[in-house]
Amino acid sequence: MLKPGEFYQRDREWHPPAYVHNYKTSVARSPRQALISLENTVSEITGPVFGHGDIDAGDNDLIYNYAKSGESAIGERIILHGRVLDENGRPLPHTLVEIWQANAGGRYRHKKDTYLAPIDPNFGGCGRTLTDENGYYYFRTVKPGAYPWRNWVNNWRPAHIHMSIFGTAFAQRLITQCYFEGDPLIAKCPIVNTIPDPAAIDRLIAPLDLNATIPLDSIAYRFDVVLRGRRSTLFENRLEGN
Amino acid sequence: MAQSLDYLKETPSQTAGPYVHIGLAPGAAGFDIYGQELGWDIAGPNAQGERIRVEGLVIDGTGSPVKDVLLEVWQANAAGIYAHPEHPGAVEDGFRGWGRVITDFATGEWGFDTVKPGAVPGRNGTVQAPHINLWIVARGINVGLNTRLYFEDEAEANAADPVINMIEWENRRQTLIARRNETDGKVVYRFDIRLQGENETVFFDI
Ligand SMILES: [Fe+3]
Repeated sequence: MLKPGEFYQRDREWHPPAYVHNYKTSVARSPRQALISLENTVSEITGPVFGHGDIDAGDNDLIYNYAKSGESAIGERIILHGRVLDENGRPLPHTLVEIWQANAGGRYRHKKDTYLAPIDPNFGGCGRTLTDENGYYYFRTVKPGAYPWRNWVNNWRPAHIHMSIFGTAFAQRLITQCYFEGDPLIAKCPIVNTIPDPAAIDRLIAPLDLNATIPLDSIAYRFDVVLRGRRSTLFENRLEGN
Repeated sequence: MAQSLDYLKETPSQTAGPYVHIGLAPGAAGFDIYGQELGWDIAGPNAQGERIRVEGLVIDGTGSPVKDVLLEVWQANAAGIYAHPEHPGAVEDGFRGWGRVITDFATGEWGFDTVKPGAVPGRNGTVQAPHINLWIVARGINVGLNTRLYFEDEAEANAADPVINMIEWENRRQTLIARRNETDGKVVYRFDIRLQGENETVFFDI
């Protein structure tokens, strides 16, 4: 009998390295010693389990989840949707997806953000949902604005939505950012360019998905996420419990 | 050309950025939006075992505390069971073993309350010493960093732990050991994490 076993090793040449000179904050925050490679134990193949008791149904609608009654967030209304899969192409059902973003003017609702663009009183800037049985997730929000940040004197982040995904194991834990097709700031961004392989950067750019738009209401972008996959092993070779 | 293997590639990681709290701990960002935030209670009210607190700093390569970091905690209960369907055994009602930890924005100090985990199975019939798994994200960290916290008062178990023993440099093993202090009957473990430089914490590729 085949059972899911250990995770495929993470391709560290596909992910950004810890130290990237042009992303200045990484310089003092990047370990210099090599990571110690750990074969999976029960500590890595397990992870927190979430259910519908953890979240509310409206948590995935950022246009309304912080808006006063009868009002809504300002900005270009978008749907961000897609599937969470593993490297074997299998959907990951019931996994927690959390997002956060700036408002349409590029301002975050955070006590540390002092950018001069205004706060939108009807926009919080975060949402969360669980994938369905097919690994599908769906958010409604407004398209975030670009914003300046201190790296070189004139760096601008492309419009982006931060995304946190769990999977079923602590070894699959991932935070990434979703960019939008056609944004000229993507190619200029030192954070995007921490990723060495252009093919990997493409994986973070959500294409316009006209088929998923709601006519006269919202534009849609599609963003699929892939988490680490697992080998299949014989039942007798199972890791846990021994 | 050969046939192509149809594996997908993992989505590349990006830094959590300075505003990670908005998404994962909006209360710390300064606003209240969700019915309940996730990860503030690691062990729950019914967990057996010793109640402990863990405190520390994350320190960067200049020796300064990192004040905008977010840590996630993953641990077994006192009986050494993870709250997960692939780990046989039951945990106490309300025990999730997972938590989110925010630093004080002014000082960088962080802390969390939990129960001390038990030993858990290792590979090939070995036993792993009690430990807490940590995942660290922040602005400037491009891929979340994994490390483990072990306990000073488990010297015998630590000496036999297969993961600690895999670390070739014995002096570096000490970076994973939390120091135990007892004041007024409260047990507090100190665990400072050094991202870079002298006594750099051991991080794992898990
Ligand atoms: Fe951002």
